[in-house]
Amino acid sequence: MNATLEMVHLNYREAVRDAIREALNRDERCFLIGADVGHYGGCFAVSKGLLKEYGPERILDVPLSESTYTGIGLAAAMAGMRPIVEVMTCNFSLLALDQIMNNAATILHMSGGLFNTPVVIRMATGAGRQLGAQHAHSLEGWYAHIPGIKVLAPGTVEDARGMLWPALEDPDPVLIFEHQILYNLEGDLSVPPPVVDIEHARIDREGSDVTILTYGACLHKSLDAARILAEKGIQAEVIDLRSLRPLDNETIMRSVAKTHRALIVDEGWRTGGISAEISARIMENVFYELDAPVERLCSAEVPMPYSRHMEQAALPQPEGIVALVERMVF
Amino acid sequence: MAEFRMPSLGADMDAGILALWKVKPGDQVKRGDVIAEVETAKGVIEIEIFEDGIVDQIFVEVGKKVPVGEVLARICSEGELTMPVTPKRVEVESKPAEAPPPTAVTAASSPQPVATAPVSAAERTRISPLAAKVALELGVDIHTIHGSGPGGAISRADVERAAQARKAEVQAAPPVAVPAPVLEKPAAPLPIQPAAPLEEAVKPAMPPAPVVEEKKPAMDFQTAMRQAIAAAMARSNREIPHYYLETRVDMSRALRWLEEENQKRSIKDRLLPVLLLLKAAARALTDVPELNGFWVDDHHQVSESIHIAFAIALRQGGLVTPAIHDVDTKNWDELREAMSDLIMRTRANRLRSSELTDGTITLTSLGDRGVEKVFGVIYPPQVALVGFGKIIDQPWVENGLLGVRPVMVATLAGDHRATDGHKGALFLEALNKYLQEVEKL
Repeated sequence: MNATLEMVHLNYREAVRDAIREALNRDERCFLIGADVGHYGGCFAVSKGLLKEYGPERILDVPLSESTYTGIGLAAAMAGMRPIVEVMTCNFSLLALDQIMNNAATILHMSGGLFNTPVVIRMATGAGRQLGAQHAHSLEGWYAHIPGIKVLAPGTVEDARGMLWPALEDPDPVLIFEHQILYNLEGDLSVPPPVVDIEHARIDREGSDVTILTYGACLHKSLDAARILAEKGIQAEVIDLRSLRPLDNETIMRSVAKTHRALIVDEGWRTGGISAEISARIMENVFYELDAPVERLCSAEVPMPYSRHMEQAALPQPEGIVALVERMVF
Repeated sequence: MAEFRMPSLGADMDAGILALWKVKPGDQVKRGDVIAEVETAKGVIEIEIFEDGIVDQIFVEVGKKVPVGEVLARICSEGELTMPVTPKRVEVESKPAEAPPPTAVTAASSPQPVATAPVSAAERTRISPLAAKVALELGVDIHTIHGSGPGGAISRADVERAAQARKAEVQAAPPVAVPAPVLEKPAAPLPIQPAAPLEEAVKPAMPPAPVVEEKKPAMDFQTAMRQAIAAAMARSNREIPHYYLETRVDMSRALRWLEEENQKRSIKDRLLPVLLLLKAAARALTDVPELNGFWVDDHHQVSESIHIAFAIALRQGGLVTPAIHDVDTKNWDELREAMSDLIMRTRANRLRSSELTDGTITLTSLGDRGVEKVFGVIYPPQVALVGFGKIIDQPWVENGLLGVRPVMVATLAGDHRATDGHKGALFLEALNKYLQEVEKL
């Protein structure tokens, strides 16, 4: 009776591209704007071919001025469009921080509720490809500090494919952080692609002994660690947070209340990072369920090194996760 | 270096609450100093140290309940001071129903070394919030749990194991345990003179010291003492084949001497009749030492020292049997002082550990309640108990003449494993002899 579901094999980059296509197809108010997104095809080749398919009115190559083109996107959103702004990496998004924080995040409030800004700003984040200290940081935790915007971190092909549309439908600014190491991640998706939400965390692996809370590229490192831990008899539950603002408190707390131990794996820096926020929330909500202190594994607090072995050493790795969990589960 | 451990203050004691430290790290101590007070089922007991040295580290904070054998403090000689080391955790061997040897202490796995600073037990108990919650639900005293986590942290699993162990223990049989003398059996205030000051002495043991401890699972004082007595006495009747002897003692000479002696003394220095009995018993024991000692590991151990444990009933129920040390070597005044000191401290609940554990024989009397003779239950591992009844004027034949004399029945309960009736008879004979010549004592 059930027709076999048609599956398509693709990578994360292609999934994002398909998501942009879907948005352009579904909503004529939608356009992509960014430096090198047209002729060059995007610095990570996400939008390759789209200029040819959709033309220069919908795939807008703009001069290298993050503040300007982010502001254009924002203003277009206020005027009723559905722009997708691509910023090369989150390090460069700091040049557009005024637009994002002082404008996008505040317009609804400052206009007394008159203007929504349904803009989506996509950017690459994270390290692992030897891009040095100005192209490889993880600033999504920073942005999660700001009320008025949503912060998404797709860690799977499915979310890369599925998150863009609900983000565009959201009446307020949504930032999507695509980890650069994930662009080549491959996966199978059903056709049509699965519908995802942008509110909930997802339990990627069930376990009983410890909850690993993570997102983005660290999701895969955590899953690798969980497999190693399983061989050692420790069942780790791995949760893909997916959204860093808002955080899905309920899923987090339910899991921690089940396993009684929590480890947060975050490629951002530890001090003042999203891992600190999550840890604090766990204390606030399920302190009496904890059987061990909440632990965090984050990137070394240094500018991201360029040389490969140092970059790898600065990042959370599966071995580190395994060691930490073994210390927690006694 | 020496480890100062929670002593066993009774056959039935498996844990005690550290009620007070009288020393602090760096203090000089010498053998016999009272360095701490411990609350047990029998009240607050002063604990003496058996080594000379310097208190290096204190591991157990006030208010904490710890098992017998747990290291409470470390005593060092001058040279070895202060190398901070994680205290070795020690557990009471999961008690077999009857474990004769007095050392039931085995080292358990010490907490895994952690890179962080050494955790002295004087710090707060490290317990996870979840474990604390579960402990509350299960009624487990967290101070008795050994944490398996970093720095000795207690996890839920530790609590659950402790609860399991406790359950198993409760099911495992009546709690008869490690021998170490303390309690005794029925008896009451001291003999002879009604309204002797001793009866006063027998007043309230103070309520258990105010110790910060959750009372939840803890039994109340009375129940705990009752169980302690029950355990010791049940063991005695189960293990010790008692034999009983009695003899009647003409007390007229002794009482007359006492009266004369007391006339020479100021009121506060007067001697109580019980001192005569104590001294006579001690002398008789030097003649028949076999009754003075212990039965341990199927062997009879005669004690060289004569420490007479002395049954004192407590007004609110229960009894204690503190020992007077070296009764045979004390003169009248020393004995009087030792006795009044003991009474005072019993009343104030300030007995010392050695007094509760050192008795080599027990003496009991129910005379002031009108009882004519008392057949006692031996307090294991002691091998004899001497009982005195009321002094009653009775017809007495001496040298073919009938007269009225104050007569007291002295009894002996002996452990037939250690001695035979003959030895017992020799003892009673000697006792009688010395009571006829108390002036020579």
